[in-house]
Amino acid sequence: MNSRRTSRHLRLWQVLIVAGLFTIWHVTTHPTLLPPLYFDNPNKAAFFFGQPLEVLSRVWIWFSSGSIYEHLWVTLLETVLAFAIGTVSGLVVGLWLALSPTAAALFDPYIKAVNSMPRVILAPIFGVWFGLGMASKVALGVTLVFFIVFFNVYQGVREVSHTVLANARVLGASERQLLRHVYVPSAMSWVFASLHNSVGLAFVGAVVGEYLGSSRGVGYLILQAEGTFDINSVFAGILVLTAFALVLDGIVTLAERRLMLWQPRSGETERI
Amino acid sequence: MQAAPALALEHITVTFVSEGAARFTAIRDATLVVRPGEFVSVVGPTGCGKSTLLNIAAGLLTPSAGSVRVFGEPLAGLNRNSGYLFQTEALLPWRTALDNVTIGLEFRGLAREVAVRQAEGWLLRVGLRGHGHRYPHQLSGGMRKRVALAQTLILDPQIILMDEPFSALDIQTRQLMENELLELWSANRKSVVFITHDLEEAISLSDRVVVLSAGPEARPIGEYEIDLPRPRDVAEIRLTPRFIELHTKIWQTMKQEVLKGYEQQKNQ
Repeated sequence: MNSRRTSRHLRLWQVLIVAGLFTIWHVTTHPTLLPPLYFDNPNKAAFFFGQPLEVLSRVWIWFSSGSIYEHLWVTLLETVLAFAIGTVSGLVVGLWLALSPTAAALFDPYIKAVNSMPRVILAPIFGVWFGLGMASKVALGVTLVFFIVFFNVYQGVREVSHTVLANARVLGASERQLLRHVYVPSAMSWVFASLHNSVGLAFVGAVVGEYLGSSRGVGYLILQAEGTFDINSVFAGILVLTAFALVLDGIVTLAERRLMLWQPRSGETERI
Repeated sequence: MQAAPALALEHITVTFVSEGAARFTAIRDATLVVRPGEFVSVVGPTGCGKSTLLNIAAGLLTPSAGSVRVFGEPLAGLNRNSGYLFQTEALLPWRTALDNVTIGLEFRGLAREVAVRQAEGWLLRVGLRGHGHRYPHQLSGGMRKRVALAQTLILDPQIILMDEPFSALDIQTRQLMENELLELWSANRKSVVFITHDLEEAISLSDRVVVLSAGPEARPIGEYEIDLPRPRDVAEIRLTPRFIELHTKIWQTMKQEVLKGYEQQKNQ
């Protein structure tokens, strides 16, 4: 079968699945549409699970009135800052430890310990240290992102081909040139593999931080809505967060395509 | 006494110490002298320490005993007068062919435009015009070897060390590359140390063939001047009577070592 046709079919089915889920959601939660299945009161299903039309109209109101933008901006800024700081620091520390075995041996148990600690638990402490503003959320995101990038860089540097390294040396590379032209590019392919994970975790850091104490952000919106049992707004918040997480992931994919041109893709052919 | 040899490895012994304090002497008391402008091939059975000898000459390894002199000067650290063509893939995969050729000049601090102009000339010389923008994975094995050759030769090394550079290529590509190598070499004669396990390749390219004994504790056990006329065509010269005569003579020495090496590998 034609591959473009297959992919169009896939798209169609993907849309149908979402539409189907929303329809089931709508039918089972809309009061009196079906005879009561589980709850004695026809309004209870809507109370516990929300209603898709209400959720979508909530999203529409947020965007049309513009009230969501402030919160979205805060959450996205926290995410991007956590992502950037975590990635850069992971890259620097990863390179440093990978290239100095003594330091790596010295810090090894501490790194393992901090990595295995459930770091979300640090959120309240960061709240105390950095206040309820953006800094505490960024700090939480950084602790999540840092280790992913760090371990990938560490691995990436150690997996540099010995022949490529020897070749660069023979061609006259100084230690600094080796770092710039061999170690960093080699580590970058590993970093990019980890960026999809890290962007998701930066988002988790921001939202969980907001959820635990804040005055702005999408996490704060969700917390407020839960406080008043406004399930529709909670689902609307989740929907908005999911959409923006997908957008961030798409940006990472684009950057990866741009910067990782040199990597062979499987089954790729090219007209000479 | 004429000018100092380009490369003089004298009484080289290399002992590797692995974990558990097991010692492995790859080379014992090996001496190899290469004159300026001379093409020397080192042949020997697989696993006899040919590459180790080359790494010593490049300064990538320090010998356990013995001395290395480059144009009369004792070698300390990397050999700055030598270029090295590796057996396996050594191009930087994240750089295009052109950028791979310029990199040595960039390491030396040359301006980018100057480096690019020279590199384009070299890509032309190795027959890769118009392929400069490709990444190594987009090139065939033979093309990658050409890039590697240009990458090494652009730095104009006085000594070229080659570690079975064409062993991964198919026979036709290989003979083409050998002829091109000879052409490039005769245009600007440098000293070459060419490692191979293929005796025919060694004879057709070289001025002199050195046979190494089977490892461990390998050492040169025979040296043969190759008095075939140049310029040579590597495919045609194999059919001349003198070539066959030389081949028979050297093979007499090599045969026993190959069998010894084979026995050792079998018993491992």
